Amino acid sequence: MTTSLVDDLGAALSPDRVRVGETELALYRRDASNLEGHAGVVCFPTTTSEVQACVRVAVRHRRPFVARGAGTGLAGGATPLDDAILIVTTKMNRVLSVDPVNRLAWVEPGVLNLDLTRAVSKHGLHFAPDPSSQQSCSIGGNVANNSGGPHCLADGVTTAHVLGLEVVLPDGEIVQLGGDEADATGYDLRGAFVGSEGMCGIATKVCVRLTQNPPAVRTMLMDFASVEAGAQTVSAIIASGMVPAALEMMDQLCTRAVEEYIHAGLPVDAAAILLVEVAGLAHGVEADVQRIVEIGKTHGAGTVRIAQDEAERALLWKGRKNAFGAIARIKPNYYLHDTVVPRRRLPEVLKQVYEIVERHELLVMNVFHAGDGNLHPLLVFDKREPGVMDRVHAAGEEIVRVSVAAGGVLSGEHGIGLEKRDFMTLMFNADDLDAQARLRRSFDTTGLANPNKVLPSPASCGDVQHVPEGAWI
Amino acid sequence: MDLTAFADEVGETEPVTISGMATRGGPVPGVRAVRSPTGIEWIQADEMTMRCGAGTAVDDVGAALAEYGQCIALPPHGTIGGALSLGHSGIRRLGYGPVRDVLLQACYVSDRGHVVQAGGPTVKNVSGFDLCRLLVGSRGTLGFIGDVILRTRPLPADSQWFTTEVDDPFPTFARLYRPTSVLWSGSQMWVLLEGHPTDVAAQAEACALNPCDGPPELPSGSRRVVAPSAVGSVAGTFIAEVGVGIVHHADPFPDLSLIESSVTKLSRRVKAEFDPSGRLNPGVVVG
Repeated sequence: MTTSLVDDLGAALSPDRVRVGETELALYRRDASNLEGHAGVVCFPTTTSEVQACVRVAVRHRRPFVARGAGTGLAGGATPLDDAILIVTTKMNRVLSVDPVNRLAWVEPGVLNLDLTRAVSKHGLHFAPDPSSQQSCSIGGNVANNSGGPHCLADGVTTAHVLGLEVVLPDGEIVQLGGDEADATGYDLRGAFVGSEGMCGIATKVCVRLTQNPPAVRTMLMDFASVEAGAQTVSAIIASGMVPAALEMMDQLCTRAVEEYIHAGLPVDAAAILLVEVAGLAHGVEADVQRIVEIGKTHGAGTVRIAQDEAERALLWKGRKNAFGAIARIKPNYYLHDTVVPRRRLPEVLKQVYEIVERHELLVMNVFHAGDGNLHPLLVFDKREPGVMDRVHAAGEEIVRVSVAAGGVLSGEHGIGLEKRDFMTLMFNADDLDAQARLRRSFDTTGLANPNKVLPSPASCGDVQHVPEGAWI
Repeated sequence: MDLTAFADEVGETEPVTISGMATRGGPVPGVRAVRSPTGIEWIQADEMTMRCGAGTAVDDVGAALAEYGQCIALPPHGTIGGALSLGHSGIRRLGYGPVRDVLLQACYVSDRGHVVQAGGPTVKNVSGFDLCRLLVGSRGTLGFIGDVILRTRPLPADSQWFTTEVDDPFPTFARLYRPTSVLWSGSQMWVLLEGHPTDVAAQAEACALNPCDGPPELPSGSRRVVAPSAVGSVAGTFIAEVGVGIVHHADPFPDLSLIESSVTKLSRRVKAEFDPSGRLNPGVVVG
């Protein structure tokens, strides 16, 4: 680490917000994925102009920089490579303004997802994207990854809830993309920025759309003797013209682990359980509940449990949202995958997932957003077991391949980052990837914004690797 | 859909423009014009997706989807490609969202005559950069859309327009739960409520709204975009979309000279990356 780079950053911010101690750098080696790198220096700006100053220092020293929010990303998007400058936005955590009438707010990127919802709940509003990590993930991270969550089935993922952005471009220019206004003139650069995983600049202010809290909510749990029956129920509900607020599925192994953890009275003998939530105005909700129960029964649902009060509803959701905590009871480590397949292909792809995992002598728990076909196979293992990581990665790659082969996509909400960078060629050809690189170059003329993520280098096209260079597990 | 013939037609040299049904401005005059393929390839009601050529008429898609009890959140008339390329939402935007949220995947022909896939076929997808959103509203300056996969939505059980006379639309707007459209002329408001018939009736009664035949005719002088909070201060003859901030005004829009800004520079870089020779829809400037 050259002293002058650190000195320049210290002068731009203040020395106490520029950290180079090895212990601290170690804390920022990776996000919530297993992909580790190494930061050269970690900065904590508090304002847009401080972010701009950090970026300008990076450009002056030709040093890559990586933006990081709360670090809950699962694809290595915020993993620093090549001694990059890590620009952490967690200290920019103010809700700047709320317009409860037109239902929008300007916030800084470090505001936590659930804190935003808490801040606007007095107006009967919420921020719709609700990743399982919503207690700890930041809005800036949601923007970078175009995050989803169970309730994105009806309301859409983050991009549908971001109206505008203030961005520090990788050359240090500050631009406003979109805003309060419905359509900014020109290209939808706001839309192009959302989900760009820190490779198009750093968002320093975000204008979010807020959603009215529904007057009525009904949550129900149905159990099925087979995963297929549950998946067919999902397709039948959607085909009948209903879009529930959420449609989540858990398989038996997952249900058992969760039940042992939270004691919610879940049906542990069922092959699959379906958590369905319907929200809206009272009569529509009741009509939908009736139709969904009928569809479930037609497809062989065993018991149907409708939450009788808010406490029971919270308990049912607790099971879903704490599934990842529950797995520690089975094995100490897990690897969470994220692919999407067309809903109608869910039964066959799940069958393939079970076969793949069995062949690699691993365990899998499936807990996922069935309503939009977003699979989350959770491979559980003990990493002290010799050779297990090779099997985990081999199984993971096969799961990604069967998902894409079934007409699906690489990621529904976690993003590409480092984890799936070299899988991009499964979905996109050289021309497709070239177009994405053009978009990236338009925003980043320096090539310094989180380089070597998302887009495979041309040399690696067609050559899928498990661990990208510069990172290790 | 095989786009080889369409790509060959676009070619790789010389200026070229794209033509639909000319409902949204039409092709660039004096330039060789091509047309996108037409036809619905499939409708998957249980996926709430459909695939069609970009030259397919919006109204044909609407009629085909209605048989499955579904619809598409694009304003009527013209072609699918035209609606996406202009990106202007219809008056149901408040409830249905902007045009950009409809497009899941686009296969377009690039300036070099190559077929490029943007986005993916599923309703949820964050694989790579979001080129689809860049294409919506790009008016054929970055590539010519050949075929698309679109998100559909269920037709509501009930759909009814209501009206009432009000000087201030916001108190009523605040009381309504997710109306599909709220329009206001300065003295009268129109509300489109959709959903369960009993809920529709109950909301209308609670807000003292009277059923009416439909929305008012929109003034055609200009389509202005203002901050939603500025809707209350618009003057003249207009119909404003409350909660959205789009104002349909009787007067033409005052001619604002383009201000050179960082965003303009960024937009120009986008154009230069995607069409360096400027052969796609020459003369059309976006941003």
